[in-house]
Amino acid sequence: MTCLMSAPPRPETPDDAARPVSALTRLSVSRFRSHEAVRLDDLHAGSVVLTGPNGAGKTNVLEAVSMLAPGRGLRGARLCDIQSNAHPGGPGWAVAADLIGPFGPVKLASGWDAAEDRRVFRINNAPARTQAQVGDFLSIVWLTPQMDGLFLGSASARRRFLDRLVFGFDPGHAGRVSRYENALSQRAKLLREGGAQAAWFDALEIQMAATGVAIAAARLDFAARLGRAAGVDFSGGVFPTARLAVEGGVESALRTRPALEVEEDFAKALRAGRQEDQRSGGASMGPHRSDLAVTHAGKSMPADQCSTGEQKALLIGLILAHARLIRAERAAPPLILLDEVAAHLDAARRGALFDILATLGAQVWMSGADRSLFSDLKNPALFEIREGIVARV
Amino acid sequence: MSDGPIDHLIRQLSALPGLGPRSARRAVLHLLSRRDSALEILVRSLEEVARTTHACPECGNLDTLSPCRLCRDTHRRPVICVVASVADLWAVERTKSYRGRYHVLGGVLSALGGTGPEDLKLEALVSRVRACAIEEVILALGATVEGQATAHYVADMLRETGVRISRLSHGVPVGGELDYLDDGTIALALTARTQAG
Repeated sequence: MTCLMSAPPRPETPDDAARPVSALTRLSVSRFRSHEAVRLDDLHAGSVVLTGPNGAGKTNVLEAVSMLAPGRGLRGARLCDIQSNAHPGGPGWAVAADLIGPFGPVKLASGWDAAEDRRVFRINNAPARTQAQVGDFLSIVWLTPQMDGLFLGSASARRRFLDRLVFGFDPGHAGRVSRYENALSQRAKLLREGGAQAAWFDALEIQMAATGVAIAAARLDFAARLGRAAGVDFSGGVFPTARLAVEGGVESALRTRPALEVEEDFAKALRAGRQEDQRSGGASMGPHRSDLAVTHAGKSMPADQCSTGEQKALLIGLILAHARLIRAERAAPPLILLDEVAAHLDAARRGALFDILATLGAQVWMSGADRSLFSDLKNPALFEIREGIVARV
Repeated sequence: MSDGPIDHLIRQLSALPGLGPRSARRAVLHLLSRRDSALEILVRSLEEVARTTHACPECGNLDTLSPCRLCRDTHRRPVICVVASVADLWAVERTKSYRGRYHVLGGVLSALGGTGPEDLKLEALVSRVRACAIEEVILALGATVEGQATAHYVADMLRETGVRISRLSHGVPVGGELDYLDDGTIALALTARTQAG
C-alpha cells in the first residue's frame, strides 16, 4: 500500500530569481528512426522549436528526447522498432544529452543494447543502477496529436494515460501494475482451460487483491493532487479548469473504507465471480477496468461531451497542471514536449500558451510545419529539419 | 560454417547458460591447447558426473549418493525448506546458516508457462511432512507472482497436516539504502518489521 505525502502547492512565483531549471544544453541522437546522427548544440532554458515539412523527422527528435527518461517514450514504441533502418544489425540507437538540472550539470544517455535487447541508461558516463535513479534527474511530459481523442477513446487509453502520470511520481507503480496484470492473465488462462483447483485461484486472487488495492490507492492519491492543480485557473480562462475522478469499484470502495477491508472484499468478489468471468473471459471488476473521468469545471460538462476545441484546451490544461505539479513537488519543472500543438490553436490561445510556458520556467520543445506560428516566442532556439538534416536557423 | 566435431562442441557449449558463441570458442580453444591439464580432466569429470549423479528420491537434490548427502545427515533438524529448484537449494545451502532439510518442487505454478500442481512434487512433500515428524516448513520461494502463488498453494495444502508454516520475509536487502528502494518493498518491509531490542 503506498501513499505519497502530498505537499501543499507552493505559490507560483514566475519572477523568482532562484527558480530551479531543468534544460538540455546539448542533444545528440544516433541511429534513431530517420536520424543517422543528429546534434543540437547550445540549447538553453526556454523554447526549442523544430520546423520543417511533414515527414522530415521532427517528431522523431521529440521522441528521442522523451527516451532520456524511463518508460517507452511518447510513441510507446518497442525498443527494436526505434532502430534506424540503415543500421539493422549494427549497434543499437542512442540518445545522449547534457542537462542543467537542480543538481547542476549532468550527462544523461539512454539507448538500446541490441545484443541483449534491453534498455540501458548512463548517468555521467556510468551505468545507472536503476531507472528510477534517472527519473530523479529528469522528468518529461508531452502532448502529441495521438492524444487528441483521449476523452472520446477507450477507458483503457485513459487508464494508461493516468498510470503513466503516476509513474512519474511513484516509481513503484509500474511494478505493481505489471504484477497485477501478470496475476490477472494467469487467472484468465486457468479459467479458460478449466479444471484448476480452487487453491490455485485463491493464491492468484489474493495477490490481485493486494496489488489491485495498492494500484487504486496510488491512482486516487495522484488524481487528487493533479485535480487540485488542474482546478486552479492560471490562464484567465483560456485553458478551462478541470475536475478529475478515478471511476472504478475498488477506487470507490477505498474512498469510504479502510484498505484492508477493501482488499478482503475484492478477493471475495473475485472468488464469487469465477463462473461469470469464465464466460466473459476476463475479470468483471478490478483496477484494470477503472477509468479517468475529466469534467470541464466551468460548464460542469463531461470532457467527452465538450467541443473538439474545448477537449484540446482541457487536455493542454491538464498537461500544464501536471507540469506545475512536478515543479511544485520536485526540485525542478519537467521538460515539456509539444508535438504539432501550436498549429491547432487560434492565435489568442497560442499566445496564452506561450505566456504560461514562459512563466513555468520549463524547457519546452515544440514542433510544427509552419515557422511563422512561433514568431511570438521570445528568443527560441530554432531548428529546421529537412531530409534528415538539422540546421539552426 | 563447417560442421566438424569442433564446431559441434562449440555449438553445444554456446547453448549453455551464461555462455555465447564467442565465449564457447574461447573455452574450446583453451581446452584444445591444454589437452592433458584441462581437456582430458574435463572429459573424465563429465563422464563421472553423467554416470553417478541422480535426483535424490527424498528431496530432489542432485547428488552422486541416493538418498543425497543432505538427507543422510542425521544432525539436520526436522525442518523442511521448500525451494523451486536445485539452484535455489544450493543458494540456501551456501549461506551455511540453515541446518534443516530441503524439498525441491521442480518449478513454480505458472498458468502462462504451463506448469500446474501435477508438475510439481507436492504429494511427496505432504507425505514427508506426515511421515518424518516435521516441525516446520519454510517456504523459500521467489517474490514473483508465480512464486507467491505457489507459496500460498503449498501452505493451503499443508494446512491439514497441522505443521507450522513460515515463509521468507520480504524487505530491505543487506547493504541496501532505503532511499533507493521502491515504495512497494519499503511498505512490505514495514509490514514484516521485527522487534529490535
